[in-house]
Amino acid sequence: MTHHATDPLLARLAGLGVDAPAGLLDRVAARWVRVPGPVGDVTVAFTDQGIAYVREDHDGFAAAFHDRFARPLLPAARPPAGLVTALRTGRAATLALDLRDLTPFQRDVVQAARAIPRGEVRPYAWIAARIGRPTAVRAVGTALAGNPVPLLVPCHRVIRSDGATGEYVFGAAAKERLLAAEGVDLGRLRALAGSRVFYLASDTTGIVCFPTCHNARRITPAHRHGFRTLPQARAAGYRPCRSCRPAA
Amino acid sequence: MSQTDCLDPVRKALLDDLDEGFAELYSAHRCVVFTTALRLSGAWSDAEDLTAEAFLRAYRALTGYDSDRIAALQPRAWLLTILMNLWRNCARTRSRKPPPDLRDEPIETPDPREGVEESAVRRETGDELHALLGLLPADQRAAVVLRHVVDLPVAEIATVLKIPQGTVKSHISRGLKRLRALGGAR
Repeated sequence: MTHHATDPLLARLAGLGVDAPAGLLDRVAARWVRVPGPVGDVTVAFTDQGIAYVREDHDGFAAAFHDRFARPLLPAARPPAGLVTALRTGRAATLALDLRDLTPFQRDVVQAARAIPRGEVRPYAWIAARIGRPTAVRAVGTALAGNPVPLLVPCHRVIRSDGATGEYVFGAAAKERLLAAEGVDLGRLRALAGSRVFYLASDTTGIVCFPTCHNARRITPAHRHGFRTLPQARAAGYRPCRSCRPAA
Repeated sequence: MSQTDCLDPVRKALLDDLDEGFAELYSAHRCVVFTTALRLSGAWSDAEDLTAEAFLRAYRALTGYDSDRIAALQPRAWLLTILMNLWRNCARTRSRKPPPDLRDEPIETPDPREGVEESAVRRETGDELHALLGLLPADQRAAVVLRHVVDLPVAEIATVLKIPQGTVKSHISRGLKRLRALGGAR
């Protein structure tokens, strides 16, 4: 480096070194934290784009993350903003998610499931209809079973139309517990399904809803009418609810 | 910017735990990789993209290496080789597309994401010289940057660029000569 003193060009070239900007490592590596969730602690991985992976199991977490994302995983100093609250309240619609590794179909399914409010459920077929693939009901189930961010994308709010809970990343029992904690009455749904009622309509508003829709829960027994199919409800003069969108 | 003292702890860390080792690898070599990316590509955002992609590829390669291969690794030369490949591919892809008319544009358009602090640093470290580097042919620019900006020995540059040491030296001396001629006009 001594020749720099005599050669201004070399000295100026040597002065062109720059440190990498802060935060560039986070474009490469993900970070993990262990935080409390509604059914016990969960381990969460996140990138600069958002939350990427949520699982209950901690010991196998890093291996599963590496298999799926092929990125380095480093410990985080603290959970990303909003994560702990979103897990506690079940309201995560505004939390940034990193869904880059999903196929376009999986991403559509996940985005559709994301819109289901706390305390309500939708059938698998509704997701399929919502994303414009009404015959892909089974593929919707598979996509939700591989949901990288359960709880934050509330795939537990997607159940079978007969009221059976169906598959869940954390197991069917956890799915029932979560829904019960959110105030979903699965027993009532199953009883309705047993009498072939999948939609509830109100003759005061003229609106037909999914049974768990907040609008349907307000209907008093005297004004409540059950329907097996949406066309039957429409034929009886009811229009589909704009919040639970039974017509998808 | 000599890294020779840091090589062994990095390799040791990589052998011990790939993810923690990767964090060590990043902190030991991020300056050299980012500086090279910035001075070769000419733009701050390209340098960020190239650096992030180079380190990600490095990590993905490491997951397939056994311990002997990691122990034998020359991390700095290896990272820069990955960076050079990315840069060449990226330059090739761009040259296939019809470029916008660059004649009226400065060599580097300011990046909106570049912070005040970063642009101040950049100005202090020679905006003009940075622009002159952009006028060199790619192989001369690479050789000059690796030798005189990030201070690599000629033998390591030969490894990174996959050319003989004599060719490295001639690229450096032609590059410097050109820079002097360009700078001498001021």
